[in-house]
Amino acid sequence: MNLRRDVFQAIADPTRRAILLLLASQSLTAGAIASNFDTARPTVSKHLAILTECELLKQEQTGREIYYHLNPNKMKEIADFIEPFRQMWDDRFNKLESIMKNYQSKK
Amino acid sequence: MERKTKINAENGRQDLVITREFELPLDLLFRAYVEPEIVEQWMNTKVVKLESKPHGAWAFETSDQQGNVILRMNGVIHEFVPEQKITRTFQMENTPYPVQLEFLVFESLTAETSKVTMQIVYKSPEDREAALKLPFAAGINMAHNRLEQVVKQLI
Repeated sequence: MNLRRDVFQAIADPTRRAILLLLASQSLTAGAIASNFDTARPTVSKHLAILTECELLKQEQTGREIYYHLNPNKMKEIADFIEPFRQMWDDRFNKLESIMKNYQSKK
Repeated sequence: MERKTKINAENGRQDLVITREFELPLDLLFRAYVEPEIVEQWMNTKVVKLESKPHGAWAFETSDQQGNVILRMNGVIHEFVPEQKITRTFQMENTPYPVQLEFLVFESLTAETSKVTMQIVYKSPEDREAALKLPFAAGINMAHNRLEQVVKQLI
C-alpha cells in the first residue's frame, strides 16, 4: 500500500498537479515542461522523477528526446479513491431513507 | 442502477459537494437530521448532544463492538432553519484533522421526494484529500470480520 500512499503525496504538491494538467493534452520533453514554470530546472526534474516513480507519468524515447506522458490507468486509480467516500455516504443515506419510510409525513 | 449519491470534488479545491435525492417528503428528510434517536440509526453513532438551534452544540460518540469509544466528533450549529438549512462545524477529537465547515441545504422536489445538498469546506486542498482518504484507509485496515459486521448492519 506504500505505492498508493506515494501517489497521493505526489498529487498533494501544486507544481506536480500543474505538470499533470500540462501533460493531460500532450506529451512533452523535460525541457518543454520546465519552460512552463518559473521553478529552477533541477526542481522540475525532481518533480518529474517523483511522478515517474509512482507511475503517474511514463517516459518514451523518441530519437534523442525523452517525452513524458500521462499514465491513464494510474490517474484512474486516483479518481477511484473518492469512491469509498461516496459509498460511505450512499450507505448512510440509503439507511436514512429506509428508516424514514416507516414514519408518517405530517403534511 | 443509477447512483443516487453524487460527489463533486473538483481538483485543487478545498471543498466538495455531496448531493442526494430521497423518496421521502421534505419533512421526513429533515426529521432524520434533528431527532437524536433517528440520527443514531443512520449515522451508526451515539448522539451525546444535539442542540438543533443557532449557537447550539452537537457531539457524537462512536464505539466498537466491545463498547470502547473509538471516535468522538463535535461541532457547533451556526444556522438552523427548519426544512431549509443547517450550517455547522465538524471536528474529530484527538485527531490531526482540522475542523471543517458544512452547509446543508434541504429542498422539496415533489410532495413525495426531496433533496439534500451538503457542501463541506476543508482548511486546505490537502486536508480535503486527507479526509477523502479516511474511508479508503479504514476499508483496508479494518479486520475482515469487523468489516463483515459493519456490512451486515448496513443491510
